[in-house]
Amino acid sequence: MAENKRIDAPTGTETVGHEWDGIEELDTPMPRWWLWTLYATIIWAAVYVVLYPAWPLLDRATDGVLGWSSRGQLEQEVAARTTELAPLRAEIARTPIEQLPGNPTLLAAAAEGGRAAFRMHCVQCHGSGAAGSAGYPNLNDDDWLWGGDLSAIEVTIQHGARNPDHAETRTSQMPAFGRAGMLQPAQIEDLVAYVRTISRQQNASPEARRGRGLFVENCAVCHGPDGAGIRRVGAPNLTDAIWLYGEDAETVRASITNSRGGVMPRWGNRLDPVTIRMLAAYVHSLGGGEASAPQPVTPPVTR
Amino acid sequence: MSHVAEQSHAGFFAKRQGVYPKAVDGRFRRLKWVIMSITLAIYYTTPWLRWDRGPYAPSQAVLVDLANRRFYMLGIEIWPHEFYYVAGLLIMAGVGLFLITSTVGRAWCGYACPQTVWTDLFQHVERFIDGDRNAQLRLAQAPWSIVKLAKRSAKYAAWLIIAAATGGAWIFYFADAPTLARDFVAGDAALVAYSTVGILTATTFIFGGFLREQVCIYMCPWPRIQGAMLDEKSLTVTYKEWRGEPRSHGVKKATLADLKVGDCINCNACVAVCPTGIDIRQGQQIGCITCALCIDACDKVMAQVGRPRGLIDYTTYENADLERVGEPPKPLRSTLLRPRTLVYFSLWAAVGCVMLFGLGQRSRLDISAQQDRNPVSVRLSDGTIRNGYMIKIRNMEARPRPVSVTLEGLPGAVVWDEGGRRESAGREVRAIVAPDALAKLRIFVAARPGDNHRDAAFTVRALDAEGGSDRVEVTFEGPEQ
Repeated sequence: MAENKRIDAPTGTETVGHEWDGIEELDTPMPRWWLWTLYATIIWAAVYVVLYPAWPLLDRATDGVLGWSSRGQLEQEVAARTTELAPLRAEIARTPIEQLPGNPTLLAAAAEGGRAAFRMHCVQCHGSGAAGSAGYPNLNDDDWLWGGDLSAIEVTIQHGARNPDHAETRTSQMPAFGRAGMLQPAQIEDLVAYVRTISRQQNASPEARRGRGLFVENCAVCHGPDGAGIRRVGAPNLTDAIWLYGEDAETVRASITNSRGGVMPRWGNRLDPVTIRMLAAYVHSLGGGEASAPQPVTPPVTR
Repeated sequence: MSHVAEQSHAGFFAKRQGVYPKAVDGRFRRLKWVIMSITLAIYYTTPWLRWDRGPYAPSQAVLVDLANRRFYMLGIEIWPHEFYYVAGLLIMAGVGLFLITSTVGRAWCGYACPQTVWTDLFQHVERFIDGDRNAQLRLAQAPWSIVKLAKRSAKYAAWLIIAAATGGAWIFYFADAPTLARDFVAGDAALVAYSTVGILTATTFIFGGFLREQVCIYMCPWPRIQGAMLDEKSLTVTYKEWRGEPRSHGVKKATLADLKVGDCINCNACVAVCPTGIDIRQGQQIGCITCALCIDACDKVMAQVGRPRGLIDYTTYENADLERVGEPPKPLRSTLLRPRTLVYFSLWAAVGCVMLFGLGQRSRLDISAQQDRNPVSVRLSDGTIRNGYMIKIRNMEARPRPVSVTLEGLPGAVVWDEGGRRESAGREVRAIVAPDALAKLRIFVAARPGDNHRDAAFTVRALDAEGGSDRVEVTFEGPEQ
């Protein structure tokens, strides 16, 4: 069956030389346009190799004569966007943070910028929804250790908390009452009972009554005589429903025994002031932000 | 061995036979003029009609605003989520075509189809420049000369002007026509406007000038569908062969020879005027668009030879069978009013009525709520639980509207928005929604911790004279106890 090639009369095309039960196959040539398309792609490839990075080397690829690279393109796009945003950032920079609410558009823009920066720098501890976890404050709620208005949040982000090498950092130190031997275990039990009573987790008891005296002597200086906390020293409110480390007796006991003191990095030496201001605006917008100035009464036109 | 080899060397495609339809006058030609004027007038003038919608909406009567995703049709404004109205219109158009086809046959093809209308227009221009059928035939066969070159250039130029005007008119449906016209001429219009005009100019020029009946015969699916839709009661253009046959040129001679002669004198007038180049005397065929120009041509000849008109005429298969055996045809009424057409009409009318009812009833104020997912809920310092929602309020009126969003369910819960404060919160928040826009309102709800996983709802109410409201149900979530 090898060489039965012949010219098929009706079509004028050569056959491939095979035959199956009278069925033959024409050796129809490729359409011209198809062939030209193939040649065009070959030329395209050759031109591409010259113009763009193509041949892989050990640590990089050949530079095309156009000098294009995906990294370079990204840099260009980032630069273009930065230029575009420059006026907005300048306006945020010259507006004191407590005056931001007076310009809702600027505040919203700042919060949007803060949302992006938050994803980059803050989610590692505070979580992607800023809901925190044990030891890392939830930024959505209305309980603030160091203050919840725009300026207070900005200061906290700027200087951080309990940075050993930074003078302006938010700082305070709770004594480790148990470990340092300042209180006996039984006294700590009484204090736990008292703290859980003023936060309405359990009813008054003889232990709690004994704990009250201990509280006034040992704790009230920072947490206040009624246990409502003092923000100046970052001492949490012990009468509310929010517990950074947990509200159960065991956790409270551990806190009194070993003390607590979360550390937050200062961002003033890593982020520019505008980004910090935008972060503050974002954190403030999460629902628990406190007012620093009277709010406008008229409902805003939203679009 | 090879059967293929025994066949003749035939190509796969037949070469197109040129069609040079002759000018004709008559009742159907005049009807075609009227319909052509009306359809072209609708096409060219519609975008320029104005319609006052107030300061916040465009004042163009018919506007497909793709950029802002709105469709305006006189007093009706369609938003993207109401696209089912457009689907309804398409269904009406489809059923309407069924209705038309089952009653009057391929009337769409013969009178109203853009391919027919523009081809007709182009052929008229062609006759104006090249002369009628015979002159066109001569010119087509003549070798290239200055005269032929001049005529061809003039014709193509005229066609191009019409084609550009056709493509040019299309874009005005998609933007404010006067503004776009100014920008277009000044070179300030969007690239897509120029490319659209370019593409439509090219297609009009090619389809109307060169492809013509080939579009109907080879490209268009509708003739095939209609072939299945026509029945014995649909009007078609019919050559009454029982009256016309046998054809004869020399009637007197044939009569003297005692031969039976029909009314058809074989003058080929019906073939000469046909815009698709068919011979209707061969019977119903896919190339016949029922433009009825052959009826006009034949009527004229019948009048000249002193025979009654209607050797070629609109009739149904049923009536053709009756007439063939000498019985009187059924009245036109029985074609128009029969179960099939009535079912189509009821369907068509029902879809229309449902849409009209829907348009009359539709709410111009919509609310939807998206619950915060990260975190789902937040415990507040007094032990209550807060949920956050992104409320979207759609104001479909072309004016700003003051609205209130009220919380339903969750006894004792309060609601406030981003600008508000929980301390002064009540059961509703207010906002002013911009005209013809979607407002996003971030709101917070605080409720007792025991209310976890409770159903609640938000109701938006317009606080202006027209009123109107909408409701959305949500679930209040809290930490697992």
